[in-house]
Amino acid sequence: MTLPQLFFAYFAVSITGLSLLVVTRKNPVHGVLWMLVLFVHIAMLYLFLNAEFLAAIQIIIYAGAILVLFLFVVMLLNLRVEETERRFQWSWPVGLVAAGGYAVSLIFILVKITVFPQPGHYTIEKMQTEGNLMIIGKVLYTKYLLPFEITSLILLVAIIGAVVLTKKKQE
Amino acid sequence: MVPLSWYIMLSAVVFSIGVLGFLMRRNLIMVFLSIELMLNSINISLAAFSHYLQSITGQIMVFLVITVAAAEAAIGLAILMAFYKNNPTIKADEINLLKG
Amino acid sequence: MKYALIPLLPLIAFMINILFGRRYIKDKAHWVSVPAVIGSFILAVSAFMDVKAGNVINIDIYNWIASGSFKVAIGFLIDPLTAVMLIVVTSISSLIFIYSIGYMHGDGGYYRFYAYLSLFVFSMLILVMANNFLLLYFGWEAVGLCSYFLIGFWFHKKSAADAGKKAFIVNRFGDFGFGLGVILIFLTFGSLEYTHVFGHASVIAGKTINFFGYDVGTITLICLLLFCGAVGKSAQLPLHVWLPDAMEGPTPVSALIHAATMVTAGVFMVARCNPLFDLSPVAMNTVAVVGGVTAIFAATIALVQNDIKRVIAYSTISQLGYMFLALGVGAYSAGIFHLYTHAYFKALLFLASGSVIHALHHAGHHDEQNMQKMGGLKKHMPTTYIVFILATLSITGIPLFSGFFSKDEILYRAFLGGGLGKFLWFLAALAALMTAFYSWRLIYLTFHGKFRGSDEHEHHIHESPKVITIPLWLLAFGAVFAGYVGIPPIFYEHGDRIGEFLAPVLGHPLGHGTHAEEIFVIAVSILVALAGWFIAYTMYLKKTELPQKLEARFQPLHKLLFNKYYIDELYSKTLVQPMLRASDKIFLGFFDGRIIEGVVNGVPSFIASFSRGLRRIQTGVFSSYALVMAIGALCIIAAMVFWK
Repeated sequence: MTLPQLFFAYFAVSITGLSLLVVTRKNPVHGVLWMLVLFVHIAMLYLFLNAEFLAAIQIIIYAGAILVLFLFVVMLLNLRVEETERRFQWSWPVGLVAAGGYAVSLIFILVKITVFPQPGHYTIEKMQTEGNLMIIGKVLYTKYLLPFEITSLILLVAIIGAVVLTKKKQE
Repeated sequence: MVPLSWYIMLSAVVFSIGVLGFLMRRNLIMVFLSIELMLNSINISLAAFSHYLQSITGQIMVFLVITVAAAEAAIGLAILMAFYKNNPTIKADEINLLKG
Repeated sequence: MKYALIPLLPLIAFMINILFGRRYIKDKAHWVSVPAVIGSFILAVSAFMDVKAGNVINIDIYNWIASGSFKVAIGFLIDPLTAVMLIVVTSISSLIFIYSIGYMHGDGGYYRFYAYLSLFVFSMLILVMANNFLLLYFGWEAVGLCSYFLIGFWFHKKSAADAGKKAFIVNRFGDFGFGLGVILIFLTFGSLEYTHVFGHASVIAGKTINFFGYDVGTITLICLLLFCGAVGKSAQLPLHVWLPDAMEGPTPVSALIHAATMVTAGVFMVARCNPLFDLSPVAMNTVAVVGGVTAIFAATIALVQNDIKRVIAYSTISQLGYMFLALGVGAYSAGIFHLYTHAYFKALLFLASGSVIHALHHAGHHDEQNMQKMGGLKKHMPTTYIVFILATLSITGIPLFSGFFSKDEILYRAFLGGGLGKFLWFLAALAALMTAFYSWRLIYLTFHGKFRGSDEHEHHIHESPKVITIPLWLLAFGAVFAGYVGIPPIFYEHGDRIGEFLAPVLGHPLGHGTHAEEIFVIAVSILVALAGWFIAYTMYLKKTELPQKLEARFQPLHKLLFNKYYIDELYSKTLVQPMLRASDKIFLGFFDGRIIEGVVNGVPSFIASFSRGLRRIQTGVFSSYALVMAIGALCIIAAMVFWK
């Protein structure tokens, strides 16, 4: 095994283990905190894939914003009682079987993929000379301008929706 | 060099764990967290493809997925709050409003 | 485009009123409809001027149906005939719309009334402006629909709802024939365009068609089928029964739809199809006989009726008979001329009687339409009285009033029409005598003598407001002077301007009589008008005990007339009740009870039991749905992976 492969093995094992921890914790706060650790690992994996910008927003948006939102909600709902009850549904074995089936089928599909498209011209050297952020910015504001604008609209809807949903009804 | 298929397998495994959590957990917050997990597994594979195919589109996709995930989390949790105001429970198997 | 606006304005008014009337417009509905219809009137006048300058407008606005060789456009034909109809329809509609502001004031369905009335005007304008038979048929059915809506306007009153149904169903008989006629026209000519059909009419003149084993002239069959529709819509024998009942509707509706415009659609249609009718003597004679017989038939019934609106309704049927008589003897322009003058004086009669009803109603009189309970209204309602007199002078054919010119033209043309024509002239002259009698009887019973209700009611009777009397005056102006466009040439050489104007479409009537004949006819018609007046004067003003005596003396005859020849009863016995009984047994008992209900109840009960079982799996818990969905997606993925 080469060094990169060893690094990957570490990340693969820890990400899988952390994922299992996240979905099995009884206390949601613990689950969210393990998720935080998981996100940091994924961010590092992005670095490994020459995607510095993604690593940054993974930490900033996921860990910094979304998980904090989760923690807020957990605290607001104040679910002390819930912790004493069972954490899984009665049908959890079926879910387990289904998830196992997913894993097996997906791996089977993905292993079968042998034909890949022609590599693009964003080689690693180009990325490194021009800078990851610069390239993403250029592409995002030219080729993908419309999806980008639509995303901003989605965020606007989310803002308004969240305000409307949580607002107290005025009689 | 790490083969692309390893990343893809990691992604598939994490996705399956997300599905597992989504199907098993009773606590709605954990159900949401599982959805985030599934989204992240997809992101891993997208970033890996981007790297191996030397295309920037994968990273753009990750960026868009993260944005949508943020919106989804905000709206989902807002719905959860609004729901909790009316029925003080967030247990997935006790919510049967879909029953006509 | 200007021409398309003529029907479009009322349609827009209808849309606005029907969509926003209930919530927002309510009792301001006339602010929408009245300007719209007045706008139509102004445009109609300008269209008339264009036609008068010698243009004939024939434009296709929109390609409605194009299926193989079957092509129909929404297109307008504005020739002299249409121009005259446009003026009649829009001018009378405008006046009646204004009148209704006062008459319908405070009614709960005020916006609905204006919406339907606008829709009616739209349909009627489409009917007269169409340039093909299908659009004509559309307008034809649409005016029938509006008539149904408006007769049953006070639908909470059972008699009104029934009258609406009756009008609709009786018209169905006629329209069935009319529809077949339109289909036969298409089969014969391969087109529904007026210009094409009328242009090729002479080509198929001699052809016959096998009809239940008999060879019938195609043209004759087409004309008779079309005339079927006219008989229904224009309330001729034997389909006249709906029109008197239609008086259950509000009086402006009776004036607009059931006197001035819709019922004359049949006359218009026959005149429009004159190139076809000209080729079929059989159809022409049928039209003439039906018209002549209806004229006298309805007049006899009108002699003894007591309901003020019913008398006028029978008078309308009778006058429509005159028009058909004119068409039948080939004097199309005389028929249209009478249609035009009749529209004014008959609308005036209805609106004036509406004014009386309105006044009595507001005075708290319960039997507000019964003439036997009226009397002496002259001093309370002077304006209504005067316009009533003017309209009556016109309808009875007193010289110098408009009815005289048009009616005289018809009588003269009938007189020239050979043996059959002479006979029909005799009937028509007799009907004119009766017309004079019942019209003056109506006036004497209503306005003269002493009030036959309670004193308290009499105290409360007042003249109607200005918004009612002003349209009355305007219509009175029309009723008096409308006839001056058609002065007989014997008095003034270029007097028959309307005949000349219509000649490009309707042609000149055949045959010329001597001056002596013409003067004889005119003298007879003046004589009978005066005679009828005199009889009514004697019976209802001088010797008021005479009617009762005569009634006792000729009791069977009076009963026969009073009960309208028992035709309603006859139809009820021979058609309606057997139909109902058969429906009850066969359709309700067998088809509905066994077959339809068996299927209708069987299918749902099966579904119900099936879904009762199915419902168990619908727990309503979202995570179980998610589980099922996940398993389903997994199955698809697995199938994709492991299939081969």
